[in-house]
Amino acid sequence: MSERTAPAAGEPGALYGYLVEFDKVDELLVGARAVRDAGYTRWDAHTPFVIHGLDAAMGVKKTVLPYLVFGAGLTGTVGGIALQWWTNAVDYPYLISGKPLFSLPANIPVAFETTILFAALTALVAMLALNGLPRLYHPLFTNRAFKRATDDRFFISIEAADPLFDRSATRELLESLSGRTVEVIEEA
Amino acid sequence: MQGKALDITTETRHLDGVLRPALTICGVLAVLGLAGSLLLAGAGEGGRSHLLETYLVSFAFFLSLSLGALFFVLLQHLTRAGWSVVARRIAEVLAANVWLLALLAVPVVLGMGHLYHWTDAAAAAHDPLLAGKTGFLNSGFFLARLAAYFAIWGLLASFLHRSSVAQDASGDPALTLRMERLSAPGMILFALSLNFAAFDLLMSLDAHWFSTIFGVYYFAASVVGFLAVMPKILYVLQWRGILRNAVTVEHYHDFGKLLFAFIVFWAYIAFSQYMLIWYGNIPEETQWFLKRQTGDWAVVSLILLFGHFVLPFLLLVSRMIKRRPLLLAATGAYVAVMCWIDIYWLVVPEFSPGVARFGLLDVLCFLGLGGVYSAGVLLRLGRHSVIAEKDPRLDESLAFENA
Repeated sequence: MSERTAPAAGEPGALYGYLVEFDKVDELLVGARAVRDAGYTRWDAHTPFVIHGLDAAMGVKKTVLPYLVFGAGLTGTVGGIALQWWTNAVDYPYLISGKPLFSLPANIPVAFETTILFAALTALVAMLALNGLPRLYHPLFTNRAFKRATDDRFFISIEAADPLFDRSATRELLESLSGRTVEVIEEA
Repeated sequence: MQGKALDITTETRHLDGVLRPALTICGVLAVLGLAGSLLLAGAGEGGRSHLLETYLVSFAFFLSLSLGALFFVLLQHLTRAGWSVVARRIAEVLAANVWLLALLAVPVVLGMGHLYHWTDAAAAAHDPLLAGKTGFLNSGFFLARLAAYFAIWGLLASFLHRSSVAQDASGDPALTLRMERLSAPGMILFALSLNFAAFDLLMSLDAHWFSTIFGVYYFAASVVGFLAVMPKILYVLQWRGILRNAVTVEHYHDFGKLLFAFIVFWAYIAFSQYMLIWYGNIPEETQWFLKRQTGDWAVVSLILLFGHFVLPFLLLVSRMIKRRPLLLAATGAYVAVMCWIDIYWLVVPEFSPGVARFGLLDVLCFLGLGGVYSAGVLLRLGRHSVIAEKDPRLDESLAFENA
């Protein structure tokens, strides 16, 4: 009798987690609340479109993104003004139509633009970074049913790496929520 | 949108018992304010001129609230907005109150000889700049234009308010389509009339000055003013038990977002006007700003820069404040005061160079006019439901959530 040894976590064939399918938004929201209340932390909901109230149902914490964007915007303002002060008044003093070498009214438009540039780029890059994107591969992609997450089905997945994950208890929870069989996802 | 629409069948949607005490307060304010300012004006030297000037400030301020509301209603129909339906009736009423302002324009018209220096035809004839403008700036045409503006605003606002009220009974979605169709040409008429009204009522106080963006500046002030008072109105109504469930934090949040955006827009326009004139450095244009950075007015200009832009920006950028109705209402009330100071800053330096003679007269006149204006709003609001009962998008608005 040969005993099959389970592959170590993260290696091909190792358990990635469970996936379960829902037909309706309301069922998904009920499911998400139950998973949230059960205390799971490493799980996600997958939907083809934005669902209002899903964040609350999942217990998603507030993002730090606004603070990053605000900080970047301030940096842009200060940087834009400093740049103009250094280039026009200090490094290479250049008199234009009798205006002062360093004068805020003339500097505001550039400072305005650098504020928006810094804030917008930070919003984009930090959003991608916080979401762990771009990511070209995900174990869930191996599941055929999961393709409908971009069309007309709703899913909840719980990772095996979650501290509360238990092969039977988690399966029971998910199956009781959706009434469907849990799909087992393996690392590939 | 997947959320369930709230059931509001048991909601209080009429002013009823609240109307009488509220009207009493407004009546007391109106009588005390107007009588007090007349007494004060009669007592002091030059008091009548001062009263006329501060009357124009408060008149233009309350006019801006109604115009901001009219813009808001037109915009909601143009964009087929769903979120705002629970609060749209209140905006419709504010807009329709522009009829009352047509009446309140009478003192401005009677006092135009003092307010608008170009009305002196003899002096204008000897002033090359004014002589060139008499084709437009003459008393007869001015009055005709004023009548046309109020007719446009009043008819637009009444149509939108009446159709919406008619829908309360019939629930006919065709009414919504008619309002949407009218809103496109209505918006164009509104934009033109508001621009020219700003030129006539406020910019022509200094008929020597040129600024093509001035109308947009008053437009920005109008929308900021309306969005600033809206959370406060909603908060007071809910405090008195009206629309308790229909209006949620989500609606406050959206009003907060719009207020934030339009404060930035106001600052953008104000700075655009300032920077171009500063850069061009042409005496005919810079004199207007010179007046406003001489003596006390320099302080008022700085109060506007920090009080009307920097502080509200920092307050409203926070999601926390936008989602706390009381905090948002308080911020809005503060911004509304800044809006009044903004118009004060547009008008009074023309009559009182170097000295910002702000005093009791200004406060009394503001309170008096505010009492009259609010009473007009309350009477109109009390006549029908406070909410657009059978608007086809009401359910969408009730279920609205910020993602």
